[in-house]
Amino acid sequence: MGNRFDSVQAVRDGLKKVNYLADDGIASVAFLADRLGKPVLVEGPAGTGKTQLAKSIADLTGARLIRLQCYEGLDESKALYEWNYKKQLLRIQADKKSDTWSEVHDDIFSEEFLLTRPLLEAIRADDPVVLLIDEVDRVEVETEALLLEILSEYQVSIPELGTITARQIPLVFLTSNNTRELSEALKRRCLYLHVDYPDMDREKEIVLTKVDGITEHLADQIARIVRSIRQLDLKKAPSVSETLDWARTLMLLGIEHIDAEQAKETLHILLKYQTDIAKAAKELSSDK
Amino acid sequence: MLDLMSGFVAELRNAGLPVSLTENLDAMEAIKQIPLEDREAFKWALGATLVKNGAHWRAFETVFEVYFSLRGPEYALKDDEDAGDFWREMQEQLRQGEGKGGAGAMDSLTQEELMNLLMRALMDGDQAMMRALAKQAVQRFAGMEPGRPVGGTYYLYRTLRNLDLDNMMGKIEQAKSDDGQPPITDLERRLENDEMQHRIEQFKQEIEAEIRRRLVADRGAEAMAKTLRKPLPEDVEFMHASRDEMQSLKKALYPLTRKLAARLARKRRHGRKGPLDFRNTVRHSLNYGGVPAEPKFKYPRPAKPELMVVADISGSVAAFARFTLMLVYAIQGQFSKVRSFVFIDGLDEVTEYFKATEDITEAIHRVNTEADVVWVDGHSDYGHAFEVFWERYGKDVGPKTTVLLLGDARNNYHAAQSWVVREMKHRARHVYWLNPEPRSYWNTGDSIVGEYGSHTDGVYECRNLRQLEAFVEKLA
Ligand SMILES: Nc1ncnc2c1ncn2[C@@H]1O[C@H](COP(=O)(O)OP(=O)(O)OP(=O)(O)O)[C@@H](O)[C@H]1O
Ligand SMILES: [Mg+2]
Repeated sequence: MGNRFDSVQAVRDGLKKVNYLADDGIASVAFLADRLGKPVLVEGPAGTGKTQLAKSIADLTGARLIRLQCYEGLDESKALYEWNYKKQLLRIQADKKSDTWSEVHDDIFSEEFLLTRPLLEAIRADDPVVLLIDEVDRVEVETEALLLEILSEYQVSIPELGTITARQIPLVFLTSNNTRELSEALKRRCLYLHVDYPDMDREKEIVLTKVDGITEHLADQIARIVRSIRQLDLKKAPSVSETLDWARTLMLLGIEHIDAEQAKETLHILLKYQTDIAKAAKELSSDK
Repeated sequence: MLDLMSGFVAELRNAGLPVSLTENLDAMEAIKQIPLEDREAFKWALGATLVKNGAHWRAFETVFEVYFSLRGPEYALKDDEDAGDFWREMQEQLRQGEGKGGAGAMDSLTQEELMNLLMRALMDGDQAMMRALAKQAVQRFAGMEPGRPVGGTYYLYRTLRNLDLDNMMGKIEQAKSDDGQPPITDLERRLENDEMQHRIEQFKQEIEAEIRRRLVADRGAEAMAKTLRKPLPEDVEFMHASRDEMQSLKKALYPLTRKLAARLARKRRHGRKGPLDFRNTVRHSLNYGGVPAEPKFKYPRPAKPELMVVADISGSVAAFARFTLMLVYAIQGQFSKVRSFVFIDGLDEVTEYFKATEDITEAIHRVNTEADVVWVDGHSDYGHAFEVFWERYGKDVGPKTTVLLLGDARNNYHAAQSWVVREMKHRARHVYWLNPEPRSYWNTGDSIVGEYGSHTDGVYECRNLRQLEAFVEKLA
């Protein structure tokens, strides 16, 4: 199958070059996805770099990112293809007299009237692509079945045009926030990657890479405080994006070393619920 | 290797993980792509192909450890090796470790010297030293003997008791200030403490791993994996959960409620397709030159039920009541109104606790500490509690109300007063009983769930989160 990467380490190094800090799990599974030609289902809490992973892999392999953003009610016509029937109607109207029906039929079901949606686009691509099916847990089970078909065969059949087979097996990432149990069939088809909050060292690295001009000392402090806060019993633990927002805020405020007061005043960047903020503020000012 | 792999997969299945045949084949394919000496990548290759549920990861790791990682990366896995080789190698390794080398060099230290060494290793975050010390501690304190049928927790307990890690924090702080580098602010001290706690936790895990390593060498991977087998979080029994299991239950609860809420919201929206919405269809047909190409339907919105939860919170069923209340309040948006009552032999309404804060844990804490539930002796008296309920709140039970009665119905041979449940059933839309006891225990001893149950719309066994979730989904 694929041969985009030489080794697990090569994936990790490559991702680092495009500013994505992977751990062993992320690097190993991305490597295997290529070698085995299998899609990856990435699950985990919000803001832990699931979407970014697909983007960064595209970046790293010089591939075009094709993104299918899922939502409730997404169907075949938005995910795969659709006939442009306004245009078809116009065509029928225009030629009412001159053409026979079969001519018209062949004509209106040709490329010209086909609206290509992300899945078809990925299948038909000649250039290297990474397909990102984002937040797949939001679609209905029927739509999931559609995905399943495409991900097992890498082909699409359009009754009027025939079967279109992929010229290459693209790297495919599906992300899920786990709001719904995905079907066994879909899971069986995918490699599964659970991404959790990064450990302290990796989070510090992420902050150092993503926040311009931040000092080692501040990044270290931030990662430590975030780790301590995540250990509390919270409604919603801070995500990596919130850590980054917080780091940027502290930079803007010109803070070089965080004290308890400053931490408390800026907690609302890190935490979204009032009760969580209160809890964290209380914890940070006690030495336990 | 094949032999080892099939044992490994069999054990995953024994632990409750649903590994299909294709997944098994995928795993074999995946590990061919990975150099076997890269133990981390090897683990992920197996994990990504065999484990498709984040909540099952812990169970996977335990089995993986027993089968593959306990012997340390210095031993390469060979393609043609079988389980017998695996054993011999492990025992060899242990014999070598004893006596000489790493841990052996510490044999002559006094306990105090050892403790000092440990303190320094923790302060410096010296991983290699911590590992060596863990080995030494197990060898010295666990008192492990081959063939003894004792579980790992026993050895762990013995080792930890001798190490006295609880006082380690204090000692470290003392040493820091003796070294002339006490933390300056409270925040720094707090972070410093968290770091030390983290390292102590790591050290404990090293000890556990060392104990397991020795047990595996003594008993074999299969037997060892069997003793380590634990129920998955969704299968943990409420009535017998250990502290650790409670923790994992609590962790599993939040994602579960989110899932449940999303699913219910979806069900509400798409539950039934209503009749054709004529006006809407015509409006849309204007886009297609008057052809009604896109039929539109009305979505009926079924009325949300009004919920009254009445829960026994005495000793053995307290955890069950707690999780049910948490679950119900976490998805309270699915009900038009939720009221909750708790009892032992007296009864108290606790709805206000949940209204006063967004934090369900806090409300539960108040339920446990403030609710006035003891009338005479603090032993469950369903009959009296139900009477009080009926007298005070019976008038609020109406045709929109669904009543949930929670408990094991062990009434300590008091009067049942089951007429209350019968009356409830007359007035309410539904009355259900949720029992955390295994069905086979019902109506034995002082359990009278059958008597109460006959007046309800159904008695449900809710021993674990899986069953509780299934019930709540049906309810909303
Ligand atoms: N390992 C990482 N290396 C670099 N940046 C990261 C990493 N993890 C997360 N980030 C950053 O954190 C932010 C959030 O990441 P992303 O949007 O990919 O999260 P997500 O898991 O897809 O979240 P959601 O579930 O909310 O969609 C992004 O700005 C991303 O760049
Ligand atoms: Mg995302």
